[in-house]
Parts: sequence; C-alpha cells; structure tokens
Amino acid sequence: MIGDNAWLDAFVRILAIAAGVPVAVIVLNYLERKVVGRIQNRLGPMRVGPYGTLQAVADTIKLLTKEDVRPTTADRWAFELAPYVVVVPTIVAMAALPFTQDLWVRNLGLALFFILAVSTVSIVGFLMAGWGSDNKYAILGAMRSAAQLISYEIPLVMAAVAVAMVAHVDGGRGSLNLIEIVEGQGRVPYLIWQPLAFFIFTVAAVAELYRQPFDIPVAESEVVGGPLVEYSGMRWAMFMMGEYVNLVLLSVLASLVFLGGWNWPLGDEVGPALQVPLMVIKVSAFILFFFWVRAALPRLRIDQLMAYSWQVLLPLAFYQIVVNGLALVYEWPDVALGALSAVGTMVAIYLTYKAVRRPVRRPAPVTQRVEV
Amino acid sequence: MAIEHELETIDLHINVGPQHPATHGVFRMILTVDGEKVVDCDPVIGYMHRGAEKLSENCDYRQAIGYQDRTEYLAQFNAEWTYCLAVEKLMGLQVPERAEYIRVILGELNRVASHLMFMGAFGTDVGFFGTPFMYAFREREVIQDFFEAITGERMMYNYFRPGGVAWDVPPDFVEQCRYVVNHVRRGVEELDALMTDNEVFMARCRGLSPVTPEQAINWGFSGPMLRACGLKHDLRRAEPYSIYDRFDFEIPTGTQGDVYDRYLVRMEEMKQALRIVEQALEQMPPHGPIMAEGLKRTIRVPPGEVYARTESPRGEYGVYLVSKGGDKPWRLKIRSAAFSNLSALKNLVVGNYVADAIIILGSIDIVLCEVDR
Repeated sequence: MIGDNAWLDAFVRILAIAAGVPVAVIVLNYLERKVVGRIQNRLGPMRVGPYGTLQAVADTIKLLTKEDVRPTTADRWAFELAPYVVVVPTIVAMAALPFTQDLWVRNLGLALFFILAVSTVSIVGFLMAGWGSDNKYAILGAMRSAAQLISYEIPLVMAAVAVAMVAHVDGGRGSLNLIEIVEGQGRVPYLIWQPLAFFIFTVAAVAELYRQPFDIPVAESEVVGGPLVEYSGMRWAMFMMGEYVNLVLLSVLASLVFLGGWNWPLGDEVGPALQVPLMVIKVSAFILFFFWVRAALPRLRIDQLMAYSWQVLLPLAFYQIVVNGLALVYEWPDVALGALSAVGTMVAIYLTYKAVRRPVRRPAPVTQRVEV
Repeated sequence: MAIEHELETIDLHINVGPQHPATHGVFRMILTVDGEKVVDCDPVIGYMHRGAEKLSENCDYRQAIGYQDRTEYLAQFNAEWTYCLAVEKLMGLQVPERAEYIRVILGELNRVASHLMFMGAFGTDVGFFGTPFMYAFREREVIQDFFEAITGERMMYNYFRPGGVAWDVPPDFVEQCRYVVNHVRRGVEELDALMTDNEVFMARCRGLSPVTPEQAINWGFSGPMLRACGLKHDLRRAEPYSIYDRFDFEIPTGTQGDVYDRYLVRMEEMKQALRIVEQALEQMPPHGPIMAEGLKRTIRVPPGEVYARTESPRGEYGVYLVSKGGDKPWRLKIRSAAFSNLSALKNLVVGNYVADAIIILGSIDIVLCEVDR
C-alpha cells in the first residue's frame, strides 16, 4: 500500500492502468501498421513525425474531433453504450495481470479465473452494437461474433484450466494465482509440459482477437466491419482500443502461463532488472506473432471456424484436462505429462492438416447435356 | 393441452453493393439470406452503362478505339486489338510483322497485369489483410510503367490502330521488356508461394461452386472460367489470330471447375503469358514498318459485317462490326466475356454461405465497365 492510505493507493493504481492502456494502444497501433507494412513491401506510416512515429497520435486526435454520428433509427442506449461494454471489461481485466514479480495492480488469488471471466463480457458489447446499429451488416456481424466467441471461449478457458490444474505450488499442485503459476514454472516453462494446451490457447486467442484468419465478425470484404459499421469517431476508436488492450492482455497472459513469465532457463533467481526485459521479449514475440498471422493468412468461413472449434480444439482440450487429472491422481512426472500432451499436439496438427486438404467433392452430374 | 408456438421468421435481404468493397466496381447483388446461407441472389447491373457501343457509332474508326480502352479498363490492349482485328478483317489489311509482335507482347503483358489485378482483389475477397494486393500491385506497377513508356498513358493507352500500332516503340524496347518480364516472373512466383499452398486459402476455395463442363458451356462461360472446368478452349489455339501459331505455350486447365481451379488457371496463365512474351522478344524483327501501307488518315471501311474475337484475360472478347461504307461504324456490338460469365452468378451463389458468395463473385473476375458498357 502506498503511503498507508487506501484511497491514495487505489488512485495511483487506477491511474497507472488508465494512463498505461491508451499509451500502449497508440504504440501498438503504430507498430502494427509498421510491421504489417514491412511484410507487405510498404514503408507504413512515414509522414507524421520521424518515421511516422506520431501517426497514431495524429489519428487519435482526428478521431477525437470527429463527429459522433448515430443513425436515426438506431437503438439509442444500446448503440451508445456498446463501446463502453466492449472496452471496460478488457481494462478491468488488466488490473489483475502481473507484469513482473512486483509490478502489478492487484495480486488476486483467482487472477486467471477473473481475467478470463471479465474479458468475456465484451461479447455483450458486440451484440449490443450489432443490434443497436439497425444495420443488416451489423446484425450479421454481431451474430457471427457471438457464435465465434462462444465457440472459442471454451477451448481457451479449458487450455488455461489445464495448466492451472498442474501448476506447481509449494506443497502440491494447482493454482489460479498467476504469480504462483509463473513461480511454479522455474527453469522449464509449461510450454514444454503442456504443448497441446499452448496450441489450443494460441489458436483460440487469435479467434478472441478477431484477427485473420478468424476476423469473420468484422470481415471487411463481407460484412464491411460488422458491428462497427455504423460507428465513427471516438466510439469507433473505443472498439479499436478494446481490440488492442485484448491483444496485450492475451499476449501477457500467454507469456505468463506458457512461457514462464519472468523466468528463464539459465537461472533460478531472476532479479527485477532482468524480469522486465524478459517479459517484454516474450510479450513482444506473441504480439509480433499475431501481427504476422494477420498479414499472412486469409479468412476462414464461419462454419469452418465452428467445426474446427467444436470438433478439433474442444475434444483435445478435454483430452488435455483428462491427462492432467490422471497425472494429478497417479502423480505422474512432468515428463510423462509432456509426452502425452505432445501426442495430443501431433493429433491436433494432423487434424488441422486433414481438415484443409480433404478431397474435393465432385460436381453433381447434370441431366441436361449439350453438344460440345 | 400443449400449445405449439411457431416462431415466425423472415429471410433477411442484404444489399451487397453498389457501394461495397467486394463488388469490384458498382455491381449490386441483392442477397436473400437465411442465417448465413444464401437462398436467393438477384444481380443488378447497369450502374456503369454509358452507351459505349452507341457512342462508337458516332465516332470515326480511329476515335472509336478510345471507347474500347474505357470498356475493358483492365485489359485495354486486348480490347483495342479485337476492335482493330474487326476493322482489319473488313478492310482486308495486312498488319506488318513488327506491329504484330508489338501487339502480342503488349497484349500478353496486359493479360499478366489483368490477372495480377485479379490476384490482388481476389486475395482481399478471401480475407487477406492486403498482402497479396500489395504483392500483385508492385508487379503491376512495373508493367504499367513499361506501358507508359511506350504509349504515354497509364490506363487509356489508345495505341493500337487498324493496320498496326500508332507509333514505333522506344529503341530500348527489348531490354526494357526483358527487365519487366524477369521482374514480374519473380513477383508472380512470390505471389504463388504466398497464396497457392496456403491452407486457409485452400480450405476456403477448394470445392466451392464446382461447375461441370456441360454447365459451363450452357451458361456461356469463356476464358479461365471455362478452362477451370477442364475444357481446353483458348482462342489463341482454337483459331489462332494474329501470329499466335508461332509460339509455344500451354493452355492450363482445371479439373473441378471450382473457385480454386479458376484461381490456379489464372496463376498458370500468367506464367505462360510471360513465356509468350519472351519468345516474341526473340523473334521480333528489330526494324520494319509498324503500319499497313496505303492507309489514309481517315479510314473508310467497305460495307459488310464482321465478328472478330480474341482471348482476353476474362475470356472471349468479341467485336461485331457492321459497316455501310463511310468513315463511321454503322453498328458496333461488344461481346463481353465478363458479362457472360457473370450471368451465371445466381446459379453459382445460391446455396452457399454469404462469405462464399463474395469469393464466387471475385472468382468471376468482373470488370463492370465491360459488363455494362
């Protein structure tokens, strides 16, 4: 507690989040445009500021000063509240996220549960936006986003639960406290012992973020932005902010749960001076991965996405949980756990491969024939 | 007593276009959807109609060339070429050797440029975040710079004339062209590596809206849409116009007639077109006339009617020309491949998902100016 004053303490902590989040969003926006630009053989923003570094700031100012348009037929409250419902939960979830051993806002005992539960609320905002806009593209996009989030939330949570089950803590296993989960990894991250959970978590995270190949709800070439189609100015910017905060949230979460957070394989006791760069590197790797996937892959169709979730990811997530449960009951070593999980990963990759390379259906014969 | 409640549902009408990122111009399709499935599709065309055919009747034979550029604005040389072929057929003109080679080189490069445009736009339709678009446009830019160096224009070239070409190419034409071919070939290979084997791309495109050869013929398909069904029909081979009988090239065909095959056929066609350009550069006479002899400034075409057709990037591009003598066409009718291919849209789209309807429309590779004329 800061200065033995609960109010001051709370104020400083809230300020840290409130100031940190927009800065992170602006930086990420610039970085994404630069990185994707380089992948696409472009320079990205170059005009505002040196190497375009102020482009995101300029865009923020532009969005702030833009007229806030609301369609006359829109459902007023649903339309105007939707951006807040999207962005607030993601920011609230940030409060429970530890960045290093000592750098966090709140160290919750149920941090993992809290983050996953709270960040899911944003789906309501997308539904409100889709319904409130009174636009057919928007309602189509909102329905897609609901279907997609319900499908992918479950494997995501299951993958996180699998790790939480077997997390090493003092005198036993199992914890939802993120700091304990990180401490329990030591030199070997759970990526090694739980590759299947990592695979499922990463795929589901891309779907959570509405990024290619899972940007179906906001598909630019189909539903023209989906729930966001009628939004302009700051309300639109809040959706974008929600997306980028979610990106940070899931990247940090994945680094903590699967990559060992502020630990590294070369030593047990890592000082604060090393913890920050380690976390930055791990989180950046995830964020760059998401950028890269976005630039390199096209979009799946909604039924393919659902089929992949329910038929591949979910059964395998249950498999991982059953294996972990057996490991807990019979006290299997981590190596056995890693081997079984690796087998599951192979199956997941094989099923993914089979799903896309399935034989093509022959066209149905036509009765009406003509001479060639 | 149990009361049966039946929820009353109505189908949703979605207006895709005329202002929609996936309609490639101002095409409009009214989709009736049940959830995500398309149950009906009502294509609406005509937003770009400017009466190019009628306008051509009020211009003399040289002025009408410009309308061909504006009709088929992605394969301008191919369109001009068809028109010039029609006039030449009526007049019985013999095009000089060098002019024929220039036409083949420019026409084939134009085919590559048009297919590159397709690759970029189609990639965006399938959901790429603009990466194939940027890759394709970098190469297309090289071709456009080359065309600009020759014709002075980036879009409305107006370079082919009945009897030859308007003026001779620059002295370093062959070197420039070789550079373009090498550059574009590398770019096409990069694009190939980016898209063709992409798992998600395959999952989206394979097996989507397959068309049998019989259906393709019934619906009047031509070009890559027809060849994707497995029919080896290419006007450059079937009735070699110009000097196409001198070149060695393959006609790529598909097997399923699905969206993926249409894409593959176009990808392979680009490589074959570059092969033709290379052969033409080898064979091209370094000097010589570029215009048929004895042509006056105002062309007067003897009475008669003629139909000339060429293999444009979208298929059979035809010009039906009726002359009653004099210096203006009496009637000029354009047979547009994009229009014929597009007319089967409803058959292709109904029963698929909304997302697939966009891809199918993209795979037809329409040029709205050519459809509406």
